[in-house]
This record gives sequence, structure tokens and C-alpha cells, in this order.
Amino acid sequence: MDTKAKEIYGEITGRKYALIVLFVAVCVLALIIDIFVGPAWLSIQEVFSAVFLANASDPITHVIVWTIRLPTALMAIAVGAALGIAGAEMQTILDNPLASPYTLGVSAAAGFGAALAIVLGVGIVPYAGEYLVSINAFFFSLLTCLLIYFIGKARRVTAETMVLAGIALLFLFNSLLALLQYIASEEALQAIVFWLFGSLLRTTWPKLAVVAAVLITVVPLIAKDAWKLTALKLGDEKAKSLGIDVEKLRLKVFIWVSLLTAAAVCFVGTIGFIGLVGPHIARMIVGEDQRFFLPMSALGGAILLSAASIGSKVIIPGAIFPIGIVTSLIGVPFFFSLILTKRRGYW
Amino acid sequence: MRLEIKNLKFGYNSKPVLKNINMELSPGKITAVIGPNAVGKSTLLRCIARIVKPEGSILLDGKEINNFKKEDITRLVSYLSQENPARAVLSVFEVVLLGRIHSLSWKVSDDELNVAWEILKDMGIHELASRYLNELSGGQRQMVFIAQALVREPNVLLLDEPTNNLDLQHQLEILDLIRDLTRKRRISTLITLHHLNLAARYADKLVVLNNGEVCTSGNPESVLTPETIRSVYGVNARVNIGDDGIPQVTPISSVRSMRLA
Repeated sequence: MDTKAKEIYGEITGRKYALIVLFVAVCVLALIIDIFVGPAWLSIQEVFSAVFLANASDPITHVIVWTIRLPTALMAIAVGAALGIAGAEMQTILDNPLASPYTLGVSAAAGFGAALAIVLGVGIVPYAGEYLVSINAFFFSLLTCLLIYFIGKARRVTAETMVLAGIALLFLFNSLLALLQYIASEEALQAIVFWLFGSLLRTTWPKLAVVAAVLITVVPLIAKDAWKLTALKLGDEKAKSLGIDVEKLRLKVFIWVSLLTAAAVCFVGTIGFIGLVGPHIARMIVGEDQRFFLPMSALGGAILLSAASIGSKVIIPGAIFPIGIVTSLIGVPFFFSLILTKRRGYW
Repeated sequence: MRLEIKNLKFGYNSKPVLKNINMELSPGKITAVIGPNAVGKSTLLRCIARIVKPEGSILLDGKEINNFKKEDITRLVSYLSQENPARAVLSVFEVVLLGRIHSLSWKVSDDELNVAWEILKDMGIHELASRYLNELSGGQRQMVFIAQALVREPNVLLLDEPTNNLDLQHQLEILDLIRDLTRKRRISTLITLHHLNLAARYADKLVVLNNGEVCTSGNPESVLTPETIRSVYGVNARVNIGDDGIPQVTPISSVRSMRLA
């Protein structure tokens, strides 16, 4: 028995566990700040009593916290985590550092679906009411994923085929969206543009529940294949030689990722940057062992979107900026600093 | 574990690569496949490792390989492919552990850690354990993937050009280690090698592949003759038998002329 093995392995994983704990703390901190900040600044006391002491608080504060701040702040975390994971697994199964819900046309399809509902009032499900736009967006992003899936399945499922199919669909849906914008009325056009910016303001508890439910269902299913997905990073040949059914794994995980993406994008609009950058941050910090890469990508996405949510409320006091705009403004400088400080060879 | 190959045929896109292969691997012995580029050496290994599905039969201890469960095959047969990924951001320890993927759970057991650590030490690369793969040199990466192949404790070991990217000392050390393990654990080992003198020194049996067929096989002294080298490689060579009884090939000239006109 050699204790050195345990010691070295403990050093490798211990550092990663510590970083994950640190990021969980940052995530919680961002969540708390996100609840405080807004057009009406609340004190710690007010928020605390509104959240934990239902009867003792001021009714207006209570309403602000419970119907706006809490669901919105939690939605930022949930959507950020979902997009982070979706991007991480897309990059893994497609072996491509540029893969993300945005680059593969999934977000564009959601945008088209939403626009279809806004401009023509055409829904996939009748009598959907206020959910018409979201259901359409969900349906079209899922449709895109399935198209990519079947193209991948029909040909031999190489990563390149799926990436190319995704990029082709991105252009297709962008054209269709442009067509709708061209024929739309002024009000509808404005609504589309606003939807495309991405916004957390439409969040309600039921919507949050849907995203959370998808997250809670899908994440364990991906985590179950953590070692296989790690092995996939060594390339198809190596993964196959380790006894992994690469095609099956790729298609299975793609379905889980599609669900995550569709659920995240359909309620908040196209927030493109998170799914690309969350995983890259995770990769640079903990590497690609999926046991750490997966939670870290979720945390990276969640913190970025939460920070963007805070940013969207403080840039112009009293107003709330569309979060999709702020995400890139906050994320890109941070991302650049990581790229410039890390050694080459991470993608 | 004895491995027999009977009437094995395989082609990519209906272009035949392996036409009719018959051979046998015995436990505790190293068989080296030699032959010019693109004669199907790697493809033969890929067929046995079930990366591709050939026609004909492959028998493990007399039992058709298709009748084994997939996970049993991967437990019994370990295959080192020629290409190594350069970009994966994984530590050496994690990569070697992946060789044990069938028994890994979220929390890695001490037994698995020890098996991986022992191999790293046997190969003298334990100092690299916590380094990331993308920070290593080509030769170091090659060592890591050989470790991944060995950590599986296979009964059949298939190594495609294991000495690729390795310097002279490491080539000899790795082949020494593979020979020791092959004998000690009674592994049936099949390796492809370009270097004829290494093949002669380490293989118990040589199989010469040409045009998708076995053109000759046997012990190194009988196979490595100037006539065979000339007909298979198109190279004039001198073959001396050294003091240790091992043939030494010295290439002299190509049969075909490639000079500027």
C-alpha cells in the first residue's frame, strides 16, 4: 500500500474541490447582491425580513422581493447554470471550443420561434396565452437540436458534421427571423428586438420552476456519464478503445443538452455569451475532468449571469438594461483577462 | 489468453485493406507486425480491438470474440492507438485512471489509485502525475498513453507504434517493460513497429504484412533476411547476426531510384 498515490491524487482533486467551494460562495454572494440591487434599493434588514419573516415586513417591500427580486435573481442563477452546462457538454461531445447554444443555431431558432408568436400570433400550442412566446421559442430550439441530432445520426456521427449542421441552421433561422422582422409592424418589431436582447424581467415563479425542474432532472443524467465524457476528450479512437460507445454517448448527451438549452433560452431570450464562456472559465480553472468541469461550468455561467443581472440594474440608476447586452460587456473583459494570463493550449 | 485470427478481411469504403489474415498470439509472447506504410498494420490492431468490425473470425481462447460481452472485451483487450490527443486539459493521473473506467465511480477508490500509481512509477513518470496533458512533450504524452494501456491489466495487449516520439533510451525502457509485463502476466502482446532492429530484439515472433496479407512469419532470425527485406520494403540491406544471436539490419539503398534527373 502506497500512501503517496492518495497524497498526490488528493493534491490534484483537493485544489479543485476548494475552488468549487469558493465559486459556490461567490455565486451565493452574487445572488444576495442581486436581490438588494434594483430601482428601489433595499436594506439588508428589509430584504431579510421580507424573505424570512413574512408578516413583519412592509407590504410593498414584500411584493418587490417576492414577485420580482427573488424569482429574477434565482432565474439568473438557474439560466446561467443551464447555459454553462449546455455549453460545456456541447464543447465536449462536439470536441469544438466554439460550440455553444448560440453558435449552433439553437438560440437563433428560439428567437425565430418567439418572433413567430409575436408577429403572427402563431403558436405551436393553442390557447397558450402569456406562454405563447416561450412555448414557441422552446419548440423551435428543440426542433433545431433534433435536426442536428438526426443529421448526425443519418451520417456517421462525427463532431464536425454536427457542428456544420448547427452553423447552417444558425444562418437559416437568422434569415427567417430577418424575414419576420421585415414584415412585422412597428410594435411587433420592437417586441422582437427586446426579446432578442434577452431579459430576466418576465420571470415568474412557474417559469423558474420549469427551468429548475429541467436542471434537476438533466444534471444527474449527465453526471452519471461523467467519466465517459471525460474519456471523450481524448478523442473518439481512445474513447472507443476504452469501450465507450461514442456515437450513442454523443447523441444521448446531445438530447439532454438540447432540453437544458431550450428551457433556459425560451424564458429569457437569447443570452449568447454565457454558454460559450462559462465552460472556458471552468476549463482554465479546474481542467476537463467532468466531475469538476461540469459543476464549475454551471457555476461559471451562474455567476456571470448573476453579475450581469446586477450590472444591468446599476449602469443607469433607476433603469434596467436588457441583460443580454450587459452580459457581454461584463463577460468579455473578464474573459480576455483569463485568456491573456493563461498559458496556451487550452483549446 | 490465446488469440487466433482466421480468414480476417477488412476494407474501408469497399477498398480492401486486409485480404486474408491468419495468425496466432500466444500468452507470454510478443508478436511484432512489420511491413511498409499503409499495408494495414494499424487496421489489423483496430480490427482486433473492435474499433472496426472485420469479416472472418477472431477467437479468444477458442471462443468467438463476437460472443463476448462488450465490456468483457474491453477488459480483456487493451489497445493503444497511434494518435495522442494534445489538447485535453486533464492531469496525467486522471488520464491513467481513465484506463480503469469500468470500475471507476465518482469517488475513486484507493485500489484504483494504487494501480494507477504503480504503473506511473514502473514507467518512471510519476513525477508528471499532476501535470496537465497539454503541457507535456510528445514523448511524455506517449508514455502517459502507454501507461493508460497497461493500467487496464489486459490479457491481450495491442500497441500501435508504442515507440513513436520516444528517444532512444525510452524506446528501450518501454520495450523492456512491455516484455517483462508480457512474460510475468502471461499477456498476448501484439505490437506494430517500424524499427526492424527493435522488432528483432524484442519480438518472439515477427509477422510481415504486405498488400493486406501475411507474407511471412516466424522468429526474427528466419524472417529478417535480405531477400524478404528487398521484396517487402524494396530496400537492399545487410543482415548480420550479432553476438547475442539477434539479427541486425543495416539498410544500404532503395531498389527504386529517387534521384533528381
